[in-house]
Amino acid sequence: MEDQGSVGIVKTQSLTFAEPPQEMLLECGRSFGPITLAYETYGELSPAKDNAILILHALSGDAHAAGFNSPHERHPGWWDIMIGPGKAFDTRKYFVICSNVIGGCKSSTGPSSINPQTGRPYALDFPMVTIHDMVNAQRALIDHLGIDQLLCAVGGSMGGMQVLQWVVSYPERIRLAIPIATTSKLSSQGIAFNEVGRQAIQSDPHWREGDYYGKSVPRRGLAIARMIGHITYLSEKSMHQKFGRKLQDKAAYGYDFRTDFQVESYLRYKGDHFVNRFDANSYLYISKAMDYFDLAQPYDNLEQAFAKVKAKFLVISFSSDWLFPSYQSKEIVSACRRVGAEAIYTEIQTDYGHDAFLLESGQLTSLITNFLTHGKEAS
Amino acid sequence: MGSLGEEVRLDDAGTVVRLLPEHRVIMDLIAEGSRVLDLGCGEGDLLLAMKIKKNVRPEGIELDEACIQSCVAKGLFNVHHGDLDEGLADYPDKSIDDVILTNTIQVLHRPLLLIREMARVGKRCIVSFPNFAHWPVRWQLFRHGRMPKTGKLPHEWYETLNIHLTTIIDFREFCRKAGLHILQEIPLRTSGPGRRSVVQYFPNLRADSAIFVLEAGPAQATGPAASH
Repeated sequence: MEDQGSVGIVKTQSLTFAEPPQEMLLECGRSFGPITLAYETYGELSPAKDNAILILHALSGDAHAAGFNSPHERHPGWWDIMIGPGKAFDTRKYFVICSNVIGGCKSSTGPSSINPQTGRPYALDFPMVTIHDMVNAQRALIDHLGIDQLLCAVGGSMGGMQVLQWVVSYPERIRLAIPIATTSKLSSQGIAFNEVGRQAIQSDPHWREGDYYGKSVPRRGLAIARMIGHITYLSEKSMHQKFGRKLQDKAAYGYDFRTDFQVESYLRYKGDHFVNRFDANSYLYISKAMDYFDLAQPYDNLEQAFAKVKAKFLVISFSSDWLFPSYQSKEIVSACRRVGAEAIYTEIQTDYGHDAFLLESGQLTSLITNFLTHGKEAS
Repeated sequence: MGSLGEEVRLDDAGTVVRLLPEHRVIMDLIAEGSRVLDLGCGEGDLLLAMKIKKNVRPEGIELDEACIQSCVAKGLFNVHHGDLDEGLADYPDKSIDDVILTNTIQVLHRPLLLIREMARVGKRCIVSFPNFAHWPVRWQLFRHGRMPKTGKLPHEWYETLNIHLTTIIDFREFCRKAGLHILQEIPLRTSGPGRRSVVQYFPNLRADSAIFVLEAGPAQATGPAASH
């Protein structure tokens, strides 16, 4: 840990595949292509190609997980605390890939992309995509990179859903799986919050049935969706500790509907900031993909789904995460036990809620470091 | 809990673990290549020792997060953060060769529930516990009229986690009530570093701890699943 560094300046790359007529068959039944997937890589692939780690991001993430895309960028990639020389995903040892998802808005094919048949953005003509489709698209990327078997697939929240789908869909291609703060099926509560977010976007007059490209975008709706999301990513205690009832830039209540409290100001900032980097339709599509996720659904139960799994698991949950509570991680572990798959489970004590996986944590770093080190050695 | 045990070097690579005297007796009871589940596995020392020395498939359940971290650092791939008082519902019947519970039964809220679960899941159960009828314990209560404190039971009564203390005689009856068959009883004297000897005479008086090897009896005794 003494010798930590940054991966430095990295360039986001992309792969385009599924060109017609070789389109990809989506879970909804539609054939779709071409598909472009944005990704970044850090470190070097070993000659034996046995050191590749696939990082999978959450709802609002992107391919830019570590380092900086330009010398002027103010903040590094979203998981820079974990990826780099001497960090948990040590780029001196591992070849780290972070893949964006189909449906996204950060240089991957999504609703804001141009439909080659019409020359206009897809908007709501974009097909409904699922976590399974995201994983199938990533498989094309891993094939393209010439990797038969990933050392590890890892991700938190929706990224964890992709990890689980990877080990079920492609059991021979993953040796180690690290699903963090995730679930094998989104809960009713999770669907409910997603739906409120979508309603906020869809009721913004600027949304125009999704056809807002080139016009004013549904800023308010997307900002509200992000504010709701953000509340669910924190815990009651962490909000209390961070903001309490402190007032924003004033000594007394204003007795009006402008911002009084710091927590209001914070949420507004988060919402406004998000609008500048995320497409509202992508938010609709990706949140819907999370809603549809139910790993066991094509099988009788989760054990059946895991029947062919070969990976060793490190399952991690956070004690104060009420969006993806620990019992949902335990269900995954329970299914592993029943099918005899090797699994480590731990619940990390933290006040930071669902977002804890994005924060600096000695426990998370040492768990992952040790799991990768021993897991790479084990046959 | 309690004593940290003695350092034992496991292989030429210099892997070192700390084992309690009863751990070393238990090691000798384990068959080569078996599947073992250590309940309350702590930092995984016994599991790692059995993995290296006996080539077992090691699994563990542990309540303490820091202990899980230590297990992962030892390269153990089957350790679960969990509460033994919730039972072993995830394990199918007879899926484990030996289910081990060392020096932990006295802290459980529902020992009868867990021992029945152990017998359901394991082909054998190995249980060790401090013997509350050991003579120094009796002496403190008899001579001084005080709550006993010993090397194995070092805590004040108001701070101890040991809420279900037992004796060798009481444990036999407990096994009978739980419908378990006693395969082997090993009363031990473990005082002094590295010392351990099997107590031949008056075990309930002279042994500071005991190891029982159990299996599910031919007919399960009827009775409540929970002990309180």
